[in-house]
Order: sequence, then C-alpha cells, then structure tokens
Amino acid sequence: MAVRQQTAAARVQPPITERVTVLAWLKHNLFSTWYNSLLTILVGYLLYLVLVPFFRWAVLDATIAGDSKAACSFGGACWTLVKVRLGQYVYGLYPEDQRWRVNLALVIAALAMVPLFLERFRHRLTYAVGLVVIYPIVGYALFYGGWMGLPVVETSRWGGLFLTLVIAGVGITASLPLGILLALGRRSEMPVIRSLCVAFIELVRGVPLVTILFMASVMLPLFLPAGVNFDKLMRALVGVALFSAAYMAEVIRGGLQAIPKGQYEAAMALGLGYWQMTGLVILPQALRMVIPGIVNTFIGLFKDTSLVTIIGLFDLLGMAKLIVTDPQWLGLAAESYIFAAFGFWIFCFAMSRYSQHVERRLSAGERR
Amino acid sequence: MRLSTVFAAASVMALAAGGQALAGPTFDAVREKGFVQCGVNGSGLPGFASVDDKGEWSGLDIDLCKAVAAAVFGDASKVKYTPLTAKERFTALQSGEIDMLSRNTTWTLTRDTALGLDFVGVNYYDGQGFMVPKSLGVKSALELDGASVCVQTGTTTELNLADFFRANNMSYEPVVFETNDELIGAFQAGRCDVFTTDQSGLYSSRTKFENPDDFVVLPEVISKEPLGPVVRHGDNEWGDVVRWSLYAMIEAEEYGVTSENVDELKANSTNPTVRRLLGVEGEFGKALGLPADWAYQIIKQIGNYGESFERNLGENTPLKIKRGLNDLWTRGGLQYAMPFR
Repeated sequence: MAVRQQTAAARVQPPITERVTVLAWLKHNLFSTWYNSLLTILVGYLLYLVLVPFFRWAVLDATIAGDSKAACSFGGACWTLVKVRLGQYVYGLYPEDQRWRVNLALVIAALAMVPLFLERFRHRLTYAVGLVVIYPIVGYALFYGGWMGLPVVETSRWGGLFLTLVIAGVGITASLPLGILLALGRRSEMPVIRSLCVAFIELVRGVPLVTILFMASVMLPLFLPAGVNFDKLMRALVGVALFSAAYMAEVIRGGLQAIPKGQYEAAMALGLGYWQMTGLVILPQALRMVIPGIVNTFIGLFKDTSLVTIIGLFDLLGMAKLIVTDPQWLGLAAESYIFAAFGFWIFCFAMSRYSQHVERRLSAGERR
Repeated sequence: MRLSTVFAAASVMALAAGGQALAGPTFDAVREKGFVQCGVNGSGLPGFASVDDKGEWSGLDIDLCKAVAAAVFGDASKVKYTPLTAKERFTALQSGEIDMLSRNTTWTLTRDTALGLDFVGVNYYDGQGFMVPKSLGVKSALELDGASVCVQTGTTTELNLADFFRANNMSYEPVVFETNDELIGAFQAGRCDVFTTDQSGLYSSRTKFENPDDFVVLPEVISKEPLGPVVRHGDNEWGDVVRWSLYAMIEAEEYGVTSENVDELKANSTNPTVRRLLGVEGEFGKALGLPADWAYQIIKQIGNYGESFERNLGENTPLKIKRGLNDLWTRGGLQYAMPFR
C-alpha cells in the first residue's frame, strides 16, 4: 500500500514554495505542537538511553581480534566468537572440506534462476515448474552425496544458515503450488474434493507448527514398523511444507474471491475450459492481488524455520545456541544471538524489498 | 514433569500396540552397519556435549559414545551422533533411531521401568548445590539460615530447596526468576546471597560471571541426579557392552592406567588386574563378544575416566569442576567399577 501512495505522491509534485528544508521538515514532523515536541524529546531521550550504551557495547568497546575467548575484554561485545565460528553459523556441522558442495548448489540455484528474471523469455512458467521439480534432486544429490565419490554427509550434520535456507526453500517452493491446488479445491463444486481440502486446511491451521513438528519427530517413529526410520529432517520438511501450504491456500482463496464474477463469465463465453480459465484469466489476476499476503507468509515461514530447534535440528538459531555451550566460549550468548537475529533480518528484509519490486512491476497495468 | 509422564504413558501404549517397535538385537545390528549411533544433547551442555571450533562433538557424554565405538570396532571415530532434545530422547531410543543414549539423563525408577529402557551405569553424579560470594565467609550450607536464595521458578530445584531448609529448621527468602540468565544477572548484582541449581549448572554459570573467582560452590549436595547412559530394555548383550565400556574407564583410573602408559603397562605390567583389564590374561573380551583388546583400545584412544573428566570438566577447563562425588571410591567418591574377573 505504501508503494501505491508513494507513486501517487510522485505524480503530484509539491508546489515549489513547499520544498522541504531540514528545519521545516523537523518542525512539520517532530515539533508541530507542544505535545508532539514533548513526545519527540521523550522518545529521543529513551533512544539515547538505549542506543548509546548498545553502540558502545557493540562497536566502541567490542573485540574482534584474536581467536579465543582470552582475547575478549569484559564490558564490550566479543565478535571474535562470530569470526572464529562463522563457518558453523553458515554451514552448521557440515565437514569443512565438503562445504564447496553447498556453495556449488547455491551458485547453480542462482544461475538457474537468471532466465526467470528475463522479461523476454517466453516459457518462464514451464521453466519455473521444471526448476522446482529438478532442482531439489540436484540439491539433495550434492548436499547428501553418496555418489561419484562424494562422501555421504548425514542430515544431522547439516545446519546453520544453510539448513534454514533448505527448510525455507522447500517450504516456499512446495507451499505455493500445493496452496494453489488446495485453494482451488476448496472452491471446487465437487463435494469430495471440496470437503477433503476444507478438512485438511482447517485441521492443519488448527494446530501450531510446533505441534506438527513435535508429532513428526516424537510420536511418528513409535507408530512405524521396526527398522523403518524416516530421516528427521525429512519429517520436519514434510511438516513445514504441509503447514505452510494450508496457510498459503487461505491467502490465495482471498485473491480468488476478489475476482469479479464477470471475469469467470467472460472466460466461459470465450469457450475456455476450467483449467484454461483458471490458468489464463483467474489465477494471474488473483495471485497478483495477494502478493503482499504471499510474501508475508514466506517471511513468516522463513522465521518459523527456527522452530526446528525443538526437534534437535540446528538451523541458524539452533547453531547460535549450540555454539555458546562450548566451554571455551561460555558467556557470549548475547553476541551469538544478536548475530543470528541479524542474519534473519537480512533475509526477511531482502524478501520484503523484492516483493515491493514485484508488486510495482505487476501493477503497471493499473497505473496506466 | 507432568508432560513427560504423559509422553511416557503414550509411548508405552504405542509400544504395546505396535509390539514390534523395539529393534532386534542391537549389538548385531551395530556390528553390521559398522558404527554406533549415539544420542547426545542437541541443545549442548558445557562439558558434557558441545561442538568445538572444528565442528567436532566433545564432552564427557561424547567420550562415552567414543569409548563404546573403540570397544566394538577398535576405532573411536566410528560413531555418529544424533542431537536430541530432552523430550525426544526416549522415543529416539525406543524406536531404534539410536543405539545408545548418552545425554545427561537422570536415572529414576520410572524411566528405568515404565519407559522400556535400561540404565547401565552412572558417568556423572550430579546434585543440587549452592553458590555464594566468597565475601560472605560461608563454608557450609548449614550456615545459610535467613539467607535470600535465587532460584529458577517451576523446577524441582525450588522444591528441593524448600525441603532442605525445612529439614534443617532454617528460614530463607526465595527470590525466583524465570530463566537462568536472569538469575545470573540478579545474583551478580547482589539481589540475593545464594544461587542454587544443579552443581554442574552452578559451575558453568560461574564461567559467565565477570569475576568468577569471587564465588565459591559449597560442598553440600541436597538432591540426587545420577546421570548415565541408557539402552533399550531387554537388549542385554548390548547393555553389557556399554556398561563395561564405562567400567573399563573407571577401573583403568583406579589402577593407574592412562592413555600415556597403557602401551607400556600392556607389555610389562605384572599386576593381574591390569593384565586382565588390558586383555593380556583371560578371555573377558570373548565373554562380552568383543575383541580381546577392547579395554586397551578405549584407554588408548579416549583415556581413563579421570582423564576424560579432567579434559572436559576439570580444573584446566573454564568449568573448573571438582571431582567431588565423581572421584573414585578409593578417594571418597562414588565412582566404583565392578571387578574385572
């Protein structure tokens, strides 16, 4: 919404006399009335109380030199820990000499996504679908190994930002198509499909993600026959994907319901069948309308991945927690957690900026 | 506590219903797959299980996993770790996901019976203790009448504290906190005279203080928390392997066998116990289904119990935990290995 206001403001230039100077801006925004001035001073004072000591702790008195806790000074942050353990924050316990596999998979992902951003490329949708099917196989083969002389790296050694991205990536790519199908199913006129979709969505939305993860990791193994053990990460991935699909379905249903009935009728009058109508007329409009909702779900999902710590997987947060239990580094919890929070923020902020960009591009038609 | 009881009941029901959720003889399976799958503390516990700068697991509980691998395969590196949270640990063992659990788990009656598990030994005797500032001049917990005590709320620690003071006819003023980090802050700021939690927790908290040397842990232990390795109930051969791997480490310390002198003692020792322990005499390995030099491999690769303790928890680590109850029985502690004969 903010974007739309900005673009509207950009069209109507303010009169030349009201061009803002710093002082005028301050007077207008911070000191317009006596109580606003009071609030400004009060908030400024509070910020001063909090930020100055924080800045002193995190920057001025901080240590980053050395490679052990002995180098740290009390009173300031000790970023030495983060420096020494950076590899673990990023890759978890993935063996150091095998980390190139993760990097390679990331490079492949980046290269493979380039055509998606080329506006000229015609078959973007087909390409995207193919990518979603093929890339996980490539990724798994690289990460897990066990072929062509690549040593196997068990999923219990996966961790850090890498694991966060794996879980979020799988959740995001699986939840969008699943969510679209569930949303369409919920609006279907076939009673069996409709009730199945409604039951699934309501059931999954009715329980917290923690519960699903917990069931998958603690209860499920007890009901499986002897010797059958699904990988713990696999169980968590399925749980996360199903959970986010249910939320995604409701977001997309909102978009479907906002499409005027005339669009459906017009599509049918053109002689389009159900799938053609849905794929060519309804979904493109509906999805565009709910981009903020979809991205919101993605960001939520990205942060929810940290819940996997409760089932003993080390995502970025879990790794931050594990690292500070090393007796050699005890007492540096604050540094570790702040670094993990910073990592999460970078990704969430990037996602939200990208969504604003997509929104702007897709709403080009409305501005005209 | 109550939640875990519910889960315990649920898992027992599941076991009864499934009937086959118990894996077959673990020992054969371990030998076949070529490594030991060991359940360890996934949240990390300083000195017991944590990850070092190289990304390798280390700690007292980890050493026990390695010892079992050394006994079975003659190679301490043939072990894979499954990080587990407190709530998953028993399910992981029951379902056969792991072969043994070495995760600072307290041996209690319920866990030993109703959960379908077997505790095979104690590798660390923990218990609730007290820490005070040195400036208070207190030497014993019995001098704490009228003190204000910082304690974490909603824990058994709080109940043990009340029991201890009531049993000794003393009064105290509890100052309760939600998390351990809050507690550390308050205690350092002088909000209370005494800080109580499990002793290993007291020591690891102390390393976070600005002036750790100004505080002292009192000798009294007011609750029993014997921590030890766990295997599946009815899996006796495998249980024996884990139990005697631990005993071998303790016995080695008692007879002065260390990772440094083990080669020499194996070649030259005339002490019959040492000769039996190192597989020079007798066929104890065979009785366990292990190679004759199983205990030698443990001591050579991991060291005896004392070495493991000093390396992970002792005076030269930041934790600086004293042996106390975990000293050998010959020095007034509780660590006592059954005879090797």
